Amino acid sequence: MTALIFLTAAAIAIIFAVVAVVHRSPIMNVLALVGMFLAIAMVFAIIGMDFLAAIQVIVYSGAILVLFLFAIMLLDLRRVEGIGEGGVFQLLLGCIAVIGLGGAVVFAAARLSPETGAWVTGAEYGTAYPIGRALTGSHLFAFEFVSVVLAAAIIAAVYLARRDR
Amino acid sequence: MMNADLLISVPYTWVLALSGVLLAIGILGVLLRRNAITIFLSLEIMLNSGTLAFAAFAMHFAAIPGMEATALNGQMFIFFIIAIAAAEAAVGLALFIALHRLKGSIDVDRANILRW
Amino acid sequence: MWVDAAVIGIKLVAVVGVLLMTVPIMVWVERRGSALIQDRLGPNRVGPAGLLQPFVDAIKLLIKENLIPAGVDKLLFVLAPTIALVVALSLFIAVPFAVDDGLELVETPIDGFIVAPDLNIGILYIFAIASLAVYSIVLAGWGSNNKYALLGGIRASAQTISYRLAMTLSVVGVIMAAGSLHLTQVVTSQSGVWLGFLPRWNFLIQPLGGIIFIVAAFAETNRLPFDLAEADSELVAGYHTEYSSMNFAAFFMSKYIHMVTSAALITVLFFGGWQIPWISLPGGWMGAGLSLGVFSAKVVFFLWLFVWVRWTLPRFRFDQLMALGWKIMLPLAVLNFLWVGVAMASGILT
Repeated sequence: MTALIFLTAAAIAIIFAVVAVVHRSPIMNVLALVGMFLAIAMVFAIIGMDFLAAIQVIVYSGAILVLFLFAIMLLDLRRVEGIGEGGVFQLLLGCIAVIGLGGAVVFAAARLSPETGAWVTGAEYGTAYPIGRALTGSHLFAFEFVSVVLAAAIIAAVYLARRDR
Repeated sequence: MMNADLLISVPYTWVLALSGVLLAIGILGVLLRRNAITIFLSLEIMLNSGTLAFAAFAMHFAAIPGMEATALNGQMFIFFIIAIAAAEAAVGLALFIALHRLKGSIDVDRANILRW
Repeated sequence: MWVDAAVIGIKLVAVVGVLLMTVPIMVWVERRGSALIQDRLGPNRVGPAGLLQPFVDAIKLLIKENLIPAGVDKLLFVLAPTIALVVALSLFIAVPFAVDDGLELVETPIDGFIVAPDLNIGILYIFAIASLAVYSIVLAGWGSNNKYALLGGIRASAQTISYRLAMTLSVVGVIMAAGSLHLTQVVTSQSGVWLGFLPRWNFLIQPLGGIIFIVAAFAETNRLPFDLAEADSELVAGYHTEYSSMNFAAFFMSKYIHMVTSAALITVLFFGGWQIPWISLPGGWMGAGLSLGVFSAKVVFFLWLFVWVRWTLPRFRFDQLMALGWKIMLPLAVLNFLWVGVAMASGILT
């Protein structure tokens, strides 16, 4: 049952990822990406990481992609170039690289033995409590540092998008 | 392989394989598209494949007694990747808006004045 | 197994049915309320006091032609109202609306019969789903291929990002006080008294957070004074200018369902949910019924507040709206959870 749900989510994620990459309309790319992020949130929820599933939807679908939509509407991008219009050579190289790299990862995953571990039942490891403890405990420095990075990013974004130079 | 355990959870290798496929699709997008928005979206796909890989191994270690801290570290990485992705999106979109203002297009091939 | 499934099915049907039924009633309240505030009569011809007017309107919308204009992006145009309705309906699922301790049906305990699924990420689930609502507005604005609709969509996306931050931060204080993301636990954490006599409601403990959440809820539901996305006097009807018939009805219904959900969330997070101050509810079916009544009364009050504010306050200008969100509400929300942290650490709030 869980396996079936996982496979469905994975299929949705892959289909939407392909649409996000090949579709000619930027809005459709972003929308497909929303679908993919939702499917990945589903995967997180299936493997017991509830907190990360929620964060994934809130941050990615709720903030980052809305920002993308905002930028696309601001720049009025209705239709852009299709895939592989950079020449046959580029297309060929791209496909070889992709098949090589993707195949390598899938092959490596297939060689790992799934019997070790993998069955997490009723585990509390993905709920907010242990993550919150770790964030404010052992990972406090990284947590605080991320806030500095975010502040720097905001300043950079404001500076870059400023109209009057 | 199709046993009763699949009713409860999935093998972590499946998650890892999904991560690999998404990584490949993301690379395809970065290599073959030329408008900055779609390249950026492909980068997000690749970041997500990274988080999925971390999730897979976190799941793996969570089931091994004594390795719970490692499982938690994996989730910490996912959390920070998502946070950094937000920062990256803000800066990236500001860059595209600046590029669009300068060149009237967000085709990355047009941003070539530093080329010889 | 099948009993659980049946219970979940009944709960879903009941919740969705009640939600859908509140829409015509709220429309009637809205129109009669606005008439009351503006000293006119309002709809009073169909049925007693015009009560049947919204139903007649609904039938009118149903039998009208579903017009899809020639220049629109058909997929986005149809997708937008669908997203709006699905998001609005799935939001309410995680809201607990009554106590269900020790309920029995034919001497079989049926835990969790009234309270909706108590997700361990309750609040986050609601924020996650609510964050998808903006897509319906943005897509309607973009897909309509109409300048007014596009302006509405752009405004909605900017407004949502600005207000979501303040809203989320204002809830952080509630989560800290409850020590949990479970919404039922948030409600039970507000039982008893504070400082000896005050009811331990979050609104009294952290009024700043409560006010910010309520203001953000107005922005979230796109109602006056924050209805910039559809501002009728500037943008015709904003993002749903091009919509007619059932597609329009879907937007319309989702707006009112959002209102109900927001009122329910304000009640749960800041006003003690189903609890009556100073009185502890009895157990069993009586407690369940009583708590449901108390909860409904509070929700009705906040629904009326929504109507009241809409017909009292003028609309903000867009720059005022953004300034309010970023420069006032965000810092105040941070101040609020600092206060909660200090209060918890110093023992004022134990």
